[in-house]
Amino acid sequence: MAYPANYRYTREHEWIEIDGKTGKIGITDYAQNSLGDIVFVESPKVGAAVKKGEVFGSVESVKAVSDLYSPITGTVTEVNEELVSAPEKINTDAHASWIMKVELSDPAEVETLLSAADYEKFIAEETGK
Amino acid sequence: MSTSTVTPELRKTPLYAVHRQMGAKMVDFGGWDMPVEYSGLISEHMAVRTGVGLFDVSHMGDIQLRGPESLNAIQHLCMNDAAKLEGGQAQYSAMLYPQGTFVDDVIVHKLSDNDYLIVINAGTREKDYSWVKTNAQKFHCHVSDYSDYYTQLAIQGPKAAETLQKLTKVDLSTIKFYHFKWGTVCGLPNTLIARTGYTGEDGFEIYIPSDEATSKRVWEEVLEAGKEFGILPCGLGARNTLRLESALSLYGHEISETINVFEAGLDRFCKLEKGPFIGSEALQSVIAEGGPTRKLVGLEMVDRGIARDGYGVFNESGVQIGSVVSGSPAPFLKKNIALAFIPKDYSALDRQLFVQVRNSMVKAKMVPIPFYRRPKKQS
Repeated sequence: MAYPANYRYTREHEWIEIDGKTGKIGITDYAQNSLGDIVFVESPKVGAAVKKGEVFGSVESVKAVSDLYSPITGTVTEVNEELVSAPEKINTDAHASWIMKVELSDPAEVETLLSAADYEKFIAEETGK
Repeated sequence: MSTSTVTPELRKTPLYAVHRQMGAKMVDFGGWDMPVEYSGLISEHMAVRTGVGLFDVSHMGDIQLRGPESLNAIQHLCMNDAAKLEGGQAQYSAMLYPQGTFVDDVIVHKLSDNDYLIVINAGTREKDYSWVKTNAQKFHCHVSDYSDYYTQLAIQGPKAAETLQKLTKVDLSTIKFYHFKWGTVCGLPNTLIARTGYTGEDGFEIYIPSDEATSKRVWEEVLEAGKEFGILPCGLGARNTLRLESALSLYGHEISETINVFEAGLDRFCKLEKGPFIGSEALQSVIAEGGPTRKLVGLEMVDRGIARDGYGVFNESGVQIGSVVSGSPAPFLKKNIALAFIPKDYSALDRQLFVQVRNSMVKAKMVPIPFYRRPKKQS
């Protein structure tokens, strides 16, 4: 699975796609694969404040719950309602299944996130352990 | 999200290399490096409910008791009445501590007069063996640990019999549920074929030599035989959701050294009338004192949310009354279910309760267990 070069990534396995002052956020293919069949996505409410590195929701597979960490600080402008009834879409295409859109408070934060190449190096180390 | 990786010093079954080769995700289960899923937990679960699935359960242990007093030893060690067994019959039972709580749940197989095989859980293997060894000492019987001698495979699902039948001349229709026979399977003579399992479906467990080559060959032959029924290799993930839908106990969850037989709701496998055994005295006093104070119940989530192991259970007034011991989405039932211990007086079905799922109280109701019961055979 290719990691889109225009996305940025976290070590907690989230991705963000920046479009001007807003970012679309989801979990990586590596994350969906280690979770297994995803059955539940808990998203924040529109208008909620999220902070870089802090929990904004969770995803649950049949066997486990995993916290979601925001890659960025800002305000939630939209959540992907489709994932309420069809959370398995994350398994089918993790990089197209965004969970929330955030209006960035500090676009400079993006620079601290991993590039696709760095993220791929990071997961290669994780799996090689 | 965060992920964890398996630590290196885990034990491996003879099929370890096969699991890795098949791309299974591995997990630490009671000190064993075991496959948790291959193609996906939900599809594996569904294969067992609607077709057939194959599990490597070689991490389970096998203790044999042989000698003129082996039955007496079993009767002393286990709560069910093994005197009722005929040769070729198996029985769900449990070994208890003197206080009536669980050492482990087991399946006792009567191989013949004076010869019994107890199948025990992986995580409790060493503890169980030394427990049996110590407590059987006063009887004329020999205790042997055969755990590493066998690869144990479970073939489970409505198509299990048709699958296994291709690999043996033993007429499987003559083996009743919780019975077993010996026969040639995949060219291996004297293979123990038991109609047992841990999925709530019809199925078999076979015990074959534990060398890697034989284990791999039989594993592959079973997969080939089940191909037309859509057989899938299944991991511990599906094993857990299958047993939970069927409300079968898992050590460390519904049964443990702090949970007694009545609390676990396993009274029907406990035969106090057979005479004294380890734990019976304590259980008699529980009855004398008015029975257990808490009981295991089934919960179904009413509102959106998944109950997980350890989550608190609350009443309408917001008072915590118990906790979840096993909770998960149920792939076949397509509901979120849980088993929980709550006070005995909260017994009315459909009673509304709440489970604390992280920061919110999620509505749940009590439902009868097992959550799932397999359909009766048509023929």
